[in-house]
Amino acid sequence: MVTPGAHSAVESMLDVKGLTVRYGAHTALQDVTLQVRPNEIFGIIGPANAGKTSFLRALNRMSDFVSGMQIEGSVHLAGRDIANVRNVYALRRRIGVVFPLPVGLPLSIYDNVALAPRLRGVKSRAELDEIVERCLRRAALWDEVKDRLRNLGSLLSGGQQQRLTIARALSQDPDLLLLDEFSIAVDPVTTMRIEEVLKELRQEMTIVLVTNLVQQARRLADRTAFFLGSRCVEIADTEDLFTGTVKDQRTRDYVEGRYG
Amino acid sequence: MSQDASTRRNAAATEFDRRDSSWWTDRIARTVVFAGGISAIVFIVGILLFIATQGLEFAATRLSWSEFFGSIAWRPNGHPAEYGALALIAGTASTTAIAMVIVVPLSIGAAIYIGEFARGKTREWLKILIELLAAIPSVVWGVIGLHVMGPLMTQAFGVPSGLNLLNAGIILGLMAAPIMTTIAEDALKAVPDTYREAAEALGATKWQVVFRVVLPHARPGLSAAVLLGVGRAFGETIAVLMASGHAINIPHSLFDPVRTLTATIAAELGETAEGDDHYQALFVLGMLLFVITFAINVTADSIVRGIRRKKA
Repeated sequence: MVTPGAHSAVESMLDVKGLTVRYGAHTALQDVTLQVRPNEIFGIIGPANAGKTSFLRALNRMSDFVSGMQIEGSVHLAGRDIANVRNVYALRRRIGVVFPLPVGLPLSIYDNVALAPRLRGVKSRAELDEIVERCLRRAALWDEVKDRLRNLGSLLSGGQQQRLTIARALSQDPDLLLLDEFSIAVDPVTTMRIEEVLKELRQEMTIVLVTNLVQQARRLADRTAFFLGSRCVEIADTEDLFTGTVKDQRTRDYVEGRYG
Repeated sequence: MSQDASTRRNAAATEFDRRDSSWWTDRIARTVVFAGGISAIVFIVGILLFIATQGLEFAATRLSWSEFFGSIAWRPNGHPAEYGALALIAGTASTTAIAMVIVVPLSIGAAIYIGEFARGKTREWLKILIELLAAIPSVVWGVIGLHVMGPLMTQAFGVPSGLNLLNAGIILGLMAAPIMTTIAEDALKAVPDTYREAAEALGATKWQVVFRVVLPHARPGLSAAVLLGVGRAFGETIAVLMASGHAINIPHSLFDPVRTLTATIAAELGETAEGDDHYQALFVLGMLLFVITFAINVTADSIVRGIRRKKA
C-alpha cells in the first residue's frame, strides 16, 4: 500500500480537529482531534458513554436532523470541510453507516439493498441484480436469503437484519464506511466471515470501526483510538495497544479488561 | 492506484457542492410542502379575521361585556335587546361534559378491546362497524335524539320533556365515539410489539401489559383522541339543536333542556339582517367559540408536549 504519489500519502481521508458534540447542556464528546488515513481500518474502543457513537454521528452530519445536537470543531472528509458542503445528501452518499440496532427498512430484501443505487440513479435491472448479489454476498447473507429476495427485510431475524444493513451500506459503494457495533446481534461464525470481508474492503474504502469487543479491534484495526469519558485518551497502532507500549495507564487497564 | 484514489477523492469533494437533480427535487418538494403548511395558517387567519371583523363594531361599542358573560338573558329581539350568553356557554359546556363522561370510557374501552384483546374476524367486524358509525350524518343523529331518545326518556324517567341535557349529551357522545375510538386504537397500535413481548416474558397478564406498558406509552395519542372528541362534541350543531330542547336555561339537572352556542348561531343567523346588532352579536358568539377551541388545542398541545419532554 506504499504510494508513489507523495501528495496523497500525506492526505487524510478524515481529518478531525477539536471536535466537540453537545446535546443541549450535556457534552457527549470533547475536543477530539484525530486523522484517519485512506484505506485504513481505524478502530475506536471504549466503555459505554465514551462518545463513540456521537463521534460517528458528527461525521455524516446527522446533527442536521437531531435537534439540540451541536457540533464544534471541524471535520474534513477527503480534504473538504463537511460543515459547509452545499449538497449534504451527496456527502452522505459517500459515507456508509451501520447502526448498532439493525434497521431493516420495510421494503423487500432486494429493495433494501437496491435502494441506495436507485437513489443515485441506477435503473438497469441487470446492474441492480449484480449490486444486490455482490453486497449480500459480502455481508454473508446471500445464501440465507437468495431464494426469498422478495420477502420483507424487516421480517428477518435480528442478526440477519444486521447483515442486511451492512449489505445496504456497501451498496452505496462508499469512500468511508462507519461501523457502529456491527456484530452486536451476529453470531461468532458469521462475525468472522464479515470481518474477513472488511479486511478485503480496505482496498476500496476507509473504515471506521466502533466496537465494544477489544479483540475485534485487535483483529481488524490498523490503528485504534481509546475513548473514555467523552474524550479521546489515546491513539496508537493497534498492536502497540495490546503489547503494552502505550502511554496512558487507563488505556492499558481497559485493554486488559480491568474496567469498562 | 493511489493516483486513482486521489482523483476519486477530488471528484467526491466537488460532488459535495453540485446541485444534482435529487438536490433540486428536494428543494422543489420542500417549497411545495412549505406552501401547503403556510396555506393552513393563511386560512385560519383569514377565518379569524372574518369572524372578528363581522362582530367588531358591535363588540367594541354597544355590547356590555358584564352582561355578555354575567347574564342568562339572551333576548336579541327584546326592547331593549339583551345579549347575555352565560346560559349558552353553560349549555355548550354541560352537553360537552356529559358527552365526554359517556364516551371516554366507552371509546377507550372499545379501542383497548379492538387493539389488544379481539382477534381475527371479531376485530375486523368491530372496526368496520365503528367506522360505519362515523358515516351517519349529524342530522340523522338529531332525528334519533328527537324521535327515539326523546320519547324513550319521557317513558323511562317520567320527565316532562325528553329533549334535554342528557339526551343531547348521549347523542353527542355517540357521535364522538367513532373518531375517538379510531384515533385511540391507532395510538395503541403505534406501541411496538416488542414492548408487549418484553412485558409478557416477565409473566405479566394481558391486562397488566395493557395497563402498565401499553397505556402509559400511548398516553399522548390517547389524550389527542379525547381532545378530538371534545372538539367534535363542542362544535356539533344540528344534532344538538334537535336533541337539547333549545331552551335558554342554566341546567340544574340532567333533564333540563339547554341551548348551546353553536345551535344559537345556526337557528338565529337566518333571522338577522347583515350588519345589525343581532347579526354582530352572533359573530361575537362565533369569536367566543373560536377562542375556546383555540384554548383547548393549546392545552392539548402542551399536555402532549409535557409528556414527551418527560420521556426524553
